[in-house]
Amino acid sequence: MKKKLLSGLLCAAMVGTLFVGCGSSADTGATEDAGASTESTDTASTDAEATTDSAAGGATGTYALVPKSAGNPFNEKEADGFTEAIEAMGGTAVVQYPESATADAQITVIESLISQGVDSICVAANDENALQSVLEEAMDAGIKVCSVDSSVNKDSRAVHCNQAGVDEIGLALIDAVYDISGGEGQFAILSATSQATNQNAWIDSMKSYMESDSKYANLELVEVAYGDDESQKSTDQTQALLQKYPDLKVICSPTTVGIAAAAKVLQDQGSSVKLTGLGLPSEMAAYIGDGDDFSCPYMFLWNPIDLGALGAYTSVALVNGEITGAEGDTFTCELGDYTVVSAADGGTEIILGAPFKFDPSNIDEWKEVY
Amino acid sequence: MENKSLLKKLTASREVSLLIVLVVLCALISIKTPTFLGWSNVSEILKNNSTTMIMALGMLLVLLIGGIDISIGSTLALSGMTIGILYKYNHMSSTFLGFLLATVIGIACGAIIGVIISYGKVSPIICTLGTMYVYRGFAYLVANDEWAGADALGTFKDFALKSFLGINSAVWITIICYVIFFIMMKWTKFGRNIYAVGSNEEAAEISGINVKLVKTLVYTIMGGLSGLTGAVMTCVYASAQPNMATGKEMDVIAACVIGGVSMTGGRGSVGGALIGALILSVISKALPLVGIDALAQNTVKGVIIIAVIILNVVTQRMMDKAALEKREM
Repeated sequence: MKKKLLSGLLCAAMVGTLFVGCGSSADTGATEDAGASTESTDTASTDAEATTDSAAGGATGTYALVPKSAGNPFNEKEADGFTEAIEAMGGTAVVQYPESATADAQITVIESLISQGVDSICVAANDENALQSVLEEAMDAGIKVCSVDSSVNKDSRAVHCNQAGVDEIGLALIDAVYDISGGEGQFAILSATSQATNQNAWIDSMKSYMESDSKYANLELVEVAYGDDESQKSTDQTQALLQKYPDLKVICSPTTVGIAAAAKVLQDQGSSVKLTGLGLPSEMAAYIGDGDDFSCPYMFLWNPIDLGALGAYTSVALVNGEITGAEGDTFTCELGDYTVVSAADGGTEIILGAPFKFDPSNIDEWKEVY
Repeated sequence: MENKSLLKKLTASREVSLLIVLVVLCALISIKTPTFLGWSNVSEILKNNSTTMIMALGMLLVLLIGGIDISIGSTLALSGMTIGILYKYNHMSSTFLGFLLATVIGIACGAIIGVIISYGKVSPIICTLGTMYVYRGFAYLVANDEWAGADALGTFKDFALKSFLGINSAVWITIICYVIFFIMMKWTKFGRNIYAVGSNEEAAEISGINVKLVKTLVYTIMGGLSGLTGAVMTCVYASAQPNMATGKEMDVIAACVIGGVSMTGGRGSVGGALIGALILSVISKALPLVGIDALAQNTVKGVIIIAVIILNVVTQRMMDKAALEKREM
């Protein structure tokens, strides 16, 4: 009898546990639902704001920017420029960073932007081709798409906002090498990875200037080294260049991590080899200067704030129908008059201008900016 | 007969066979680049690879207890970035304090990992996969979209330029770490306990070793070393970025594995880790020097790593066989 009672109690207890289990899981479900509904309310309110804005005139609606990755001062300033320009025109700017610097992460972000129903998406692509299907989906949904900084392929965009034409950068860099070396001698290039689209295009442009213009005939490009945008590897590569080519005069590094690592090596060694390239002012401030104590006489980069702003003006012009992204379209904005021109990849682009020169006279001012 | 005994001698210890690999590598490179073994070059190699070398010590301990830690790159970035930002905004100026703080942050990160793994019974690779993202995320939060460059780091970066007795200060840190760890692993109870836990956890538990405590301490030490390395890296390259040392864990694990540290625990030595890290350093220094095409460098690096490890495994088998033969006699 006692045993039966005990087993009965045990059974009851077990059934009870089951119910409790079910109960708690049902609770969780309810909470999740609640969470989801809050989110949808949020989206609704964004939509509402968007409508109000379009009624207000000027820039209409919500304009999205998808930078390459978070945590990089350059991307941050680009986003600032974008947001300021959009808000000045009365629109709503949405800056959505991908969670890592990959195309996959950008696809996730773009999908969520499509479902939010933004008016335009401006993207700094982590991969030229991988975003095509999701961006085509966006364009099918009536969203205007442009790329900025790093382009997507021509089928994935209306137009690309180029920080500076490939040839303008190539020319600026080769001229800097020419100037610093005194017009003759050996120089080397320290790039990012061997796959980096931008860097490869700039290096090719430098090479073609060297071939086509006899002015550069006495310059000899001894090697293109790759530091993979890692300080350690870039340091190894720079030291190897110095050891291999005792007559080296100039190193040109068109990448932010590479130029900083090379600058440190050259300056610490008190090397007579000089450096130029593309770098961040705040990273390079300690190395830019005249004379033998500094490794870098001057370098270039573009203004990320203006680049972001150009992305913003282009987005607005596309949404307003001022331009369609076809070659020959023109529009005017705070930055000046811009014309859509054909790009090397067969699509079209808008070029911000020549790269900006950072030298001892302006570096102190710019190192505070980015 | 003479020949055989020489072979036996060479294969008697894995460290010796690895040392031979290192010497042969250096000799081959020297033929191509005579200045390779010059003092300034060796000094550059040691300085530029001090990060891998210091962290290899921690990874040795972690691998010895049969664990793994793939979040060390993130711990490094978090501590390096934190002190970078503190220097940038002049909240701190003392160099010593920078190193101390970075190490303390690393210790905290490591202790959390240790507690989760040993007391929460979470598999090491899963736990550190999680913390890898968490700590990297923290590094980004601390950085708040900024980098700390040479200009921002003030006098801190000068530390890596100083030398004492002709040896760079970053290299001194490495040397001191190796001396401490050599003594610890060879002659202290804690060192022996680590080997015991790695060889046979249950037996260690039964014989009265507090396995959980040993494990927690090992991960804490790993964290502390990663933190210290964060300061060293910031100092040596005069730059702190939230994405620094991404993927560094693989180099560190590779250094240990090349050095004959077993991935399943219980086997490995400080000497092995040192030689493993040195082989890796020499390879990465030499590849651009000897004129291997830039695009092929990673492939060549991988091939050399695999070749060394195969050699390692073969030597180990010969050693085991020899040991068995002795027992049969």
